[in-house]
This record gives sequence, structure tokens and C-alpha cells, in this order.
Amino acid sequence: MTEFTDWEIFRNLIMAARWTIVLSLIAFLSGGTVGLLVMILRTSGLVLARWLAWAYIELFQGTPLLMQLFLAFFGLGLIGFEVSAWSAAVVALTLFTSAFLAEIWRGCVQAIPSGQWEAANSLGMGFLQTLRYVIAPQAIRIAIPPTVGFSVQVVKGTALTSIIGFVELTKAGTMLNNATFKPFTVFAMAAVIYFAICYPLSVYARHMERKLNVANNA
Amino acid sequence: MSLITLDAVEKWFDQTQVLKGVSMEINAGEVVAIIGRSGSGKSTLLRCINALESHDAGYINVDNQRVGGTARELRALREKVGMVFQSFNLFPHLTAGENVMLAPRVVKKMNPDEARENAVNMLAKVGLEDRFDDYPDQLSGGQQQRVAIARSLAMSTRVLLCDEITSALDPELVGEVLGVLESLASEGMTLILVTHEMGFAKSVADRVVFMHNGCIHESGPPTNLFNEPTTAALQQFLKAVN
Repeated sequence: MTEFTDWEIFRNLIMAARWTIVLSLIAFLSGGTVGLLVMILRTSGLVLARWLAWAYIELFQGTPLLMQLFLAFFGLGLIGFEVSAWSAAVVALTLFTSAFLAEIWRGCVQAIPSGQWEAANSLGMGFLQTLRYVIAPQAIRIAIPPTVGFSVQVVKGTALTSIIGFVELTKAGTMLNNATFKPFTVFAMAAVIYFAICYPLSVYARHMERKLNVANNA
Repeated sequence: MSLITLDAVEKWFDQTQVLKGVSMEINAGEVVAIIGRSGSGKSTLLRCINALESHDAGYINVDNQRVGGTARELRALREKVGMVFQSFNLFPHLTAGENVMLAPRVVKKMNPDEARENAVNMLAKVGLEDRFDDYPDQLSGGQQQRVAIARSLAMSTRVLLCDEITSALDPELVGEVLGVLESLASEGMTLILVTHEMGFAKSVADRVVFMHNGCIHESGPPTNLFNEPTTAALQQFLKAVN
């Protein structure tokens, strides 16, 4: 059996942590894009679109990410689609992230006083024009803290993809533990790395929140 | 041919009927003041004219166009009919000038230079050309409301609907906003005002409409209405506001 020094364990974890970061970024970017579309449908005047967006949000917020991963990986495999652990992870994390971001952003859009919509509408601006030029610039300010805060959940959510065999930080930890039988060392190091990724995000979210509160009270 | 025609307009909010068959005609260049108690349906009537509220029965015509059609018709309507609100509703993230420029840029696709020139002219009209680069929170209430008027005028509106536009202002700021309305009236703009400023209604309006319980209860030239109210409801109302 190969011997691993603590440094080698740490180095291997860091290499795997790159995939945690890549997966988090992809989940956040594609989840943000889909979430934006879902939020637009959810706040639009079209009853059917609003209802579909509502169902989408409820479905993916109301089921565990783990079930979504299983369905994307094993479920799609069963009905004949060959899915790699990588694409299953991306699909499931996108669904999960988009549902939460859509709901967070809907709240921010609806926090803008209705008089802003009425003023823009009576100037002849349509729904998307009003959203883009009047509502979004104001809503983005209040959306930043909860959005950054939620990104921490996305990073931690990627740990679940280890279960379908995607090699990121947690999966690498399990593999190293199997090889070294040093669970405390291995998982403590993994936890520290997660913390090192997430903590700056939390700090930034809190900082933005304070800054915006000060601006609002001014 | 009148510019605006309302015929038997009805509006319900759930089980409550707020407009019970309102009919009236308004000519181009006319200044109409709508007075009445709160809850009498005057704001709802105003909001039906530019389709911020849909009406449930009857019809409304503005400049030979029916209110309540397709999205394209709605946009055309709103280019003709401007609205100013009690709470200003300026866009707080944009300067006064940008507030005025936005709709001409986005809706009319006006080019930036033209839109800027137009905005400067409109702000000059309300006496605020030197506040082009100020944000709404740097302006007083009266100035904000004047920017809101300039913003509506920038779409070359033919009718300006004013929904209690001086009610949120400190008393000393009311005059400057009414002054702007007066000069618009003298230039021939069609104005429909929901107002509590009886003095202003008396001196500037061509016609005063008294609404009561969702109906037009009494209407006519201000001197007749204010000096010789014929109905008990109007007599009572005038006594209460004076």
C-alpha cells in the first residue's frame, strides 16, 4: 500500500477542490441564466407562464438536491440516455440553483414599489422594457447580498455530486480516506478547504448587506 | 369631435362597483377638474382612461381609438395620454434628465442627442433646466413633481392625467406645481385633474365634475358648480372642504 504524507493528502485535496470550484461556477452561471428566465416568466402578466414558473420553482425547491442528482444520473440512464457523472451534476445543480435564484430575485423585483411599474407603463414602456430599464437597476442592489449568500449553498451542494461518482473535493476525500485510513486528517482538511472557499463569500455578502443598509438609511 | 369620450363606463373591484356608468366627453384643450370624496371613484376613472385599470363595461375612446385593445394599441394610447401621480414615481436611479429621456429613447427609439435636447426643453418648460443632472432625492417634492410632468410631456402627450398631484406636497410647494399646470392649460394642453385644490379648480378649470358614489353627480362651469350647487351631496361636500 502506498504511504501518503499529510502534505500529499492536502495536495490531492486541493487538486480536487479545483473541480468543486469549476462545478460551483458552472452551476451558478447556468443556474443564474435559467433562474433569470424563470423569474421573468414568474413576474410576467401571462397566467400560464407564471403558473409554469411557479411549478418549476416549487418542484426543485421542494425536493432534495440528492434526488435530483439520482434522477439526472440513474433516471436518465434508465430511459436510455447515456449520462456522464459530470453532465448529470451540471444538470441537477443548474435546476437546483435556478429554482432558488428565481425565487430570490422574484422577491427583489416585487420589493420595488408598484408605482414604478405604473409610471413606466403610462409612459408606454412594455413589461420587458420596464423590467430592464426601471426595475432591474433598483432590484439588483437589494439582490446582491442574498445572491452571494446563496452561492455558499451552491458550493456546499456540489459535495453531493460525490455520490454519483464525480471526483470533486468530497469524493477525493473519501478516496484518500480509503487509501490512508486517516479519516480525521483527511476530512478535517477537506472541511478547511470548503471553509476557505465559502467564508470569503459570506463575508462579502454581509459586507454588501451592511453597505446597502447604510445607503438606504442615509 | 371630442378628444375623449366615455360612455357608460363601469368598473368593479370584486363585489364592489366603483364606477356605475360614467359618461362624458372632453374636447381638445379643455381643462377638467374632477372633485369628490375619497372613494367616489375619481382616481379609478382617471386610471381607466389610460388603461392602468381595465373597465368592465361601456367604452372609452381617446383620439378615435378604443381603450382596451391589443398591446400595440395600448402603447399608441399611452403615447397620447400622459399621467402624473400623487407620489411622483420618479425613477430614483436616474437623474432628472435621464428620467425625462428614458421613454423617448426606449419607446420611440429617439437617438441620444435628440432625446437629450428634447429633455432639456421639457425641463425648461417646468423651470428646471438647471437640475438636469440631479437625482430625484436631491430635489424638493415640488421639483420632483415638475420633473414628473416634464417626463410625461416628453412623449408629446395630448392629454395629461393628474391624480392628486399636489396632495403629497408641503403647502408652500403646491404653488409651483399648479403654476406649471396653469401654463400648460394656457398653451392648450388637455388636462384632466383629480384634485382637492378647489381654488385652482375654480380659477383654471373649464369644467368641474363632481363624482359621488361612482357616478357623475353634477358637472358644469366652475362658477355655477361652486356658487350654486344644485344637489345636496355637492352642497355637503363643498361645506366640508371649505
